[in-house]
Amino acid sequence: MDPMDYMDGNMLAGELREIFSMDVTAARGRCAGCGRMGMVAETRVYQHAAGLVARCPGCDAVLIRLVRAPDRAYLDLHGMSFLEVPLA
Amino acid sequence: MAVVTRGFTGRGHSDPKLPPGQYLTEDFPVLSAGPTPRIDLNKWQFTVVTEAGGRHTWSWQELLALPSEDVTVDIHCVTKWSKLGTRWRGVSIDTLLADVESSADYVMAHSYGGYTTNLPLEDLTDGQAWIAYRFDGENLAPEHGGPARLLVPHLYFWKSAKWVNGLEMMPEDSPGFWESAGYHIYGDPWREQRYYGD
Amino acid sequence: MARATVLRRLTWQAASIADIRVETDTARTIVLDLPGWPGHVAGQHVDIRLTADNGYSAQRSYSVASAPADGRLEVTVQRVPDGEVSGYLVDIAQPGDVVEVRGPVGGYFTWEPEDPSPVLLVAGGSGIVPLMSMIRARSDVHSRVPFRLIYSTRGPADAIYADELRRRVRDDRGVDVAYAYTRTVPEGWPRPPGRLDAALLTASGWPADLGPAAFVCGPTGFVETVANLLVAQGNEPARIKTERFGPTGG
Repeated sequence: MDPMDYMDGNMLAGELREIFSMDVTAARGRCAGCGRMGMVAETRVYQHAAGLVARCPGCDAVLIRLVRAPDRAYLDLHGMSFLEVPLA
Repeated sequence: MAVVTRGFTGRGHSDPKLPPGQYLTEDFPVLSAGPTPRIDLNKWQFTVVTEAGGRHTWSWQELLALPSEDVTVDIHCVTKWSKLGTRWRGVSIDTLLADVESSADYVMAHSYGGYTTNLPLEDLTDGQAWIAYRFDGENLAPEHGGPARLLVPHLYFWKSAKWVNGLEMMPEDSPGFWESAGYHIYGDPWREQRYYGD
Repeated sequence: MARATVLRRLTWQAASIADIRVETDTARTIVLDLPGWPGHVAGQHVDIRLTADNGYSAQRSYSVASAPADGRLEVTVQRVPDGEVSGYLVDIAQPGDVVEVRGPVGGYFTWEPEDPSPVLLVAGGSGIVPLMSMIRARSDVHSRVPFRLIYSTRGPADAIYADELRRRVRDDRGVDVAYAYTRTVPEGWPRPPGRLDAALLTASGWPADLGPAAFVCGPTGFVETVANLLVAQGNEPARIKTERFGPTGG
């Protein structure tokens, strides 16, 4: 039974706003693993790790990884085949 | 330079014995990048695969039947906490690789749940690494990597793969889960090799 | 999308604590003075970072509690057992102390008054905080959008903002509040202690065919359970916004 020791993508908002000039958590992404579409805010985020890991709520595949060093960040989005970003 | 908040100490205490940038902790933080795998001991297997395709496999019972060691080591997590004098029981990697024929210089450790981490073979041998299954006198708990994890205390603890289920010999180095996400390919805490390019 | 975002990259800023208000035994509202605070949209949060003099730091996210029209940053923090950051903010922090803040952030879990849909708010424990900002925002703009709040806590003494909620039910017109107490109930309470269930959602929520906008906030397990119940009642998943605090809550 999954002990639900994850949070959700809402908590990525601050980290991602240091990198991007818009809020990414309200964008939708497609899981490159199972094809599920969902909001970044609704991903399962494991924050107690060496970095932030966001997983697909459908198949648990890794969607996003973010590693923070003091003066730089490493952002891996390849677990999503695209991000749909509202511009209007 | 971050702003210091009066009266905040948090869980981290400095100690001159620690590698640079580390803080001492008394508890044992659980760090995980995903759900904790629950593994049936009847199905648990540990497999060494050589670069030629040779396979050596141990069941749980076979692992426990191997000569084991009790070791006391200091561990250092890249998230800055260190724990001194941790006690483990496990099988030395030297024992597991004794009959393995390989000329590969690198190893990828694989875990249940998909985690991977890469190491030079010479960092796993000569008494530097174990497959550990007991911690602090008890069976290793699932959230800390049980039933068995890799233990390589001289490198940052992300290299001590939880829920380990195999070693893959590699002729060339190749980055594992965190190494391909921005962490250092080697990870020596004494040279503070945390991130890519450090 | 949050209009409060400006086309610049956001980073940490020093903020001093202007005031601290006691909400319950374990919860405090911290009023922060952050120069250049741009205001926020109800539901957004900030990250707060504390650094010790040996360089050790810890950070957590906290929902903005204040009404957007106040133009002020207030967060309500509930002490979590063994909480490094909440333990400091609830038990040690004093006016004049300085912390670092990054925010406001969040463009998903927000309510804006332009949306005419009836609103269902479901809070577990400290999950009430962003929902309270929404209730306060509604009142700021004299919105007529009907709000129904279902608030799950261990008992009446754990309910944050209880007096203000009572006042708003009486005075704000169009705000209704129902409580689910999981451990202790007041004398004469019609329900025994227990978790929020489908029956209470039906009794105190909105019928799904009204297409309500639902906001569910609290510990992960609570949010998953409630979201599943709302879907089972016929609500579209896309109409249910969620914010999970992890296993122990804020």
